[in-house]
Amino acid sequence: MLVESLVLSAALFAIGVAGVLLRRNAIVMFMCIELMLNAVNLFFVAVSRYAGIEGQVFVIFVMTVAAAEAAVGLGIIISIFRHYDSVDIRNFRLLRW
Amino acid sequence: MDLSQIVFYLFAGLAVASSVLMVTRRNPVYAALYLVVTLFAVAGIFVLLDAHFLAALQVVVYAGAILVLFLFVIMLLNLGHAFEPDIRGRFWWAFAAGLGLVLLAELVTVMRGAPERPEADILAPLLEAKGAVAAVAEPLFQSYVVALEVTGILLLVAMVGAVVIAKRRA
Repeated sequence: MLVESLVLSAALFAIGVAGVLLRRNAIVMFMCIELMLNAVNLFFVAVSRYAGIEGQVFVIFVMTVAAAEAAVGLGIIISIFRHYDSVDIRNFRLLRW
Repeated sequence: MDLSQIVFYLFAGLAVASSVLMVTRRNPVYAALYLVVTLFAVAGIFVLLDAHFLAALQVVVYAGAILVLFLFVIMLLNLGHAFEPDIRGRFWWAFAAGLGLVLLAELVTVMRGAPERPEADILAPLLEAKGAVAAVAEPLFQSYVVALEVTGILLLVAMVGAVVIAKRRA
């Protein structure tokens, strides 16, 4: 089941990348990033079966960082929504050339 | 094909289908709910891969905490209805699908190098001896205790940062 799990994790990661490219809603883009992090977690778990328990330990760290990232990112989105009344990324062009 | 393989393909198909639906649904609330389905399917695959503790953690932390946070923000900003169509045009569809397929082909080519029948499952005897939680907890609190403490500080900083950023200006 190792190769199948790795291919599944690759598929989920690619879908996450396509979603980030396809959507303009900042919240949905965040969800796609969570999906990519989850694909990486699946990779770690699949490999940890044959390479040792450290893979699962690392997944715990990845989950913690994902939670912190979601909290701060959603705070930023709320703050931006107050300025522009929208979460469409076309409005966020203060730092764009 | 034994039972665990059938269950694996069931969960894998569910994960891929619901993640595609998540990307293509227009309403962000539906996207969040499809993401929950995907995360549950991945949790089921974690169980099949002998990561029982992480499967529970996935359900509690991702489906329970992070997704509730997402739904809360969507509801707070009132994005659930009267949403503007946010999916990009036809060029971006082709670009995203093409880039996704290229990335998928690349990753699959690399991962085909993994051995089809790896020599020994070294996790099963460990789980047999220590149980699902202790097998993960012992390296976490012995070899990786510094990283654990740093992660705690990261959570504290993220909490303070989220409060400060989202706070209304006085």
